[in-house]
Amino acid sequence: MKFKTFAAFVGPSVFMMLLFIAAPLVSVFIQSFQVTQPILEQVEVETCTPGFLTQTCTTEIKTVPVLDDNGKTLTETRWVGLQSYQNVLQMDKFWEAVGNGSWNQIMQIDFWKALRFTLSFTLLTLPLVIGVGLAIALAVNNATRSIRGPIIFISLLPFIITPVIGSLSIYWLFVGDGILTAMLERWTGTNISMFAQAWTIELLMYFYRVWHVAPFAFVIFYAGLQTVNMDTLESAVIDGASRWERLRHVIIPHLMPLIIFIALIHLMDCYRVFEEIVGFRSQAHVISLQWLTYDFMTPDDAGNRAISRASASAMLTMIGIVFLLILPLRRTWRDHKGSAH
Amino acid sequence: MFLRKIALAGVVSLMGSAALACSYENEVPIKSLSAGFEAWKAVTDAMAECGNFQAELDQEFRTKQPAAFEANPSLYQIGGVSNGTITPLLNAGTIRPLDDLVEKYGQNLKPNQLIRINGQIMAVAMMVNTQHLMYRSDVLADLGIETPTTWDEVYAAAAQIKEAGVMDYPLGATMKSGWNLAQEFVNMYPAHGGKFFNDDNTAAINSEAGLAALETMKAALDFTDPEVLVSDSTYVQQQFQQGKIAMANLWASRAGAMNDPAESEVVGKVAMAAAPKATADGAPATTLWWDGIVIAQNISDEEADAAFRLAMEGLDAETVQGANDAAIWLVDGYEPTEIAAGAIATATANPAPPAYPSTTQMGLLHTALGNELPAFLTGERDAAATLVAIEEAYTTSAKEAGVLK
Repeated sequence: MKFKTFAAFVGPSVFMMLLFIAAPLVSVFIQSFQVTQPILEQVEVETCTPGFLTQTCTTEIKTVPVLDDNGKTLTETRWVGLQSYQNVLQMDKFWEAVGNGSWNQIMQIDFWKALRFTLSFTLLTLPLVIGVGLAIALAVNNATRSIRGPIIFISLLPFIITPVIGSLSIYWLFVGDGILTAMLERWTGTNISMFAQAWTIELLMYFYRVWHVAPFAFVIFYAGLQTVNMDTLESAVIDGASRWERLRHVIIPHLMPLIIFIALIHLMDCYRVFEEIVGFRSQAHVISLQWLTYDFMTPDDAGNRAISRASASAMLTMIGIVFLLILPLRRTWRDHKGSAH
Repeated sequence: MFLRKIALAGVVSLMGSAALACSYENEVPIKSLSAGFEAWKAVTDAMAECGNFQAELDQEFRTKQPAAFEANPSLYQIGGVSNGTITPLLNAGTIRPLDDLVEKYGQNLKPNQLIRINGQIMAVAMMVNTQHLMYRSDVLADLGIETPTTWDEVYAAAAQIKEAGVMDYPLGATMKSGWNLAQEFVNMYPAHGGKFFNDDNTAAINSEAGLAALETMKAALDFTDPEVLVSDSTYVQQQFQQGKIAMANLWASRAGAMNDPAESEVVGKVAMAAAPKATADGAPATTLWWDGIVIAQNISDEEADAAFRLAMEGLDAETVQGANDAAIWLVDGYEPTEIAAGAIATATANPAPPAYPSTTQMGLLHTALGNELPAFLTGERDAAATLVAIEEAYTTSAKEAGVLK
């Protein structure tokens, strides 16, 4: 292909990627080293608020931002180095807790608490998603042709549901007076509170994520299964290989690139776990890194938002994803180089 | 979003029959952004009757309003605010003084409604809101329990109800981690005699009063649903409506829903009383709030004129009489009914509870409280360590916001 043709095809997409991915990333990177503050002054303010019949007026010293002649808030931006990263990571507290050998103390620091959950969530759901996806794919592949269509349709449904809606549905089913909880309570005769402690919430989150993502793995594996070499399979049967041995030595090696692919996508997606936290309202017990960034970004009633810490936390999340992806990516790279020879 | 769509649909349908119930016809296109609860719906519906008006009712208004009003021209002419959410608008100078407009169109306003900051009228209040005690009068009467006036009495009553086997979890609480839970502390702490800040803007909550407030809050957990850390106002309202709880310190704006036969199984059985006190001779452990309207700064004077005139049409006696039980109205023509008794008792108590102390620092502290309190209530951290953690979290964000050096 001529370079010009190539450039004409790729150009728009490269431009979009620079504009919508690279530029914001650079801006977040820069902001994580800066702090922008309004210039504040202390003034005496008299505020009158209504009671039911009369007003009460209070005079107090308030800290308010200074406005310029055009009525805009005056701000100043300073370089603060790694201060925002330190504010997120709280390394001093972390080492102190490590020094005390106290896991509980480490889990009191938001970032480390979030990292603990995010990592266990990502790494525990990964094998489950691949396993369940493969199981469904094998089951569908072995099902009678006439019922395959409906089965595929039904198993794809969870994947179609918007994650926020999906997690809210699970929340409503299992919350104190939800249908499923009420039913379970009637069967067992005990009071069930799924959202009262961390481990039950986490279990529900794992369950929800696997339920939600397994269909994606299933579709990919199902497509892969259509391309398994029938001759190899037949010769394996003639050699007396059992069903399990055929799976272990023929099918899985054939699907390996797809397994790596799904692992890559899943690691990237899961490390940014967010919907479950908001949908399950689990902030009191379980938080994730992405939620932490969101929480920094959300303005409070007085309009404050911690942009610098949010930027630092976002960069840390990105670094985390890169670390997670190194292993599977190295393998793909090796396979790629291997096939070139 | 859903409310907003409904409201928009309502506005569009009303626009067809514009100027039916309105005393004049509005010529200037006006938009408003406010919260989405019942009272706002009534007020904006009334404004829409004059035509050329679009209301956006959105419970997430607080995150949108500062940016929308900072635009030039402002995206909305009228804003619905509370004493908590007016702070960023005041700080950024994006709302205008209303003195001349009040003089021109505000003949029916009561002095009590005019929110004065440094003598200038910056907002017009339409209703007050406060958290106060709601209780099942039938359940308490059956067991011969007097209406509790302090938190100790509330817990004693809860214990009695639990013992009698009437309910497993007699107490409801808006303790959803985050804003709601922090608000519980903001209710409790001043009632124990605490103050939030030192003069140099550092946090002052690590005190005896802080420990006492935490203790009182934790005592509630013996009587609440184990999932109380996910329960917000709507959830507590539903627990009441389904007859699952007997008492809660809940927002006055939720009182009307107790007698809604379409939702509630306890119509006429929920009574309202003043918010419980933390100490026998103290103020009710709650804060006073008002909701009202502001007019944007970054619009033309003609638009501001039209917007204010329209808002006055929405805040007239006719609106209030059409939705009497939707709020504790400050507007003339409001007839307080039984369900307003608790809020009025709270607001007129002596000593009276404080208004929510909305400042930049308070916003930061509120967030710190909301994030750090759950670990105390789940038992992962003791009270003293929690207060230290809250102060540390506040200090970090206050330094980032420039409030502390």
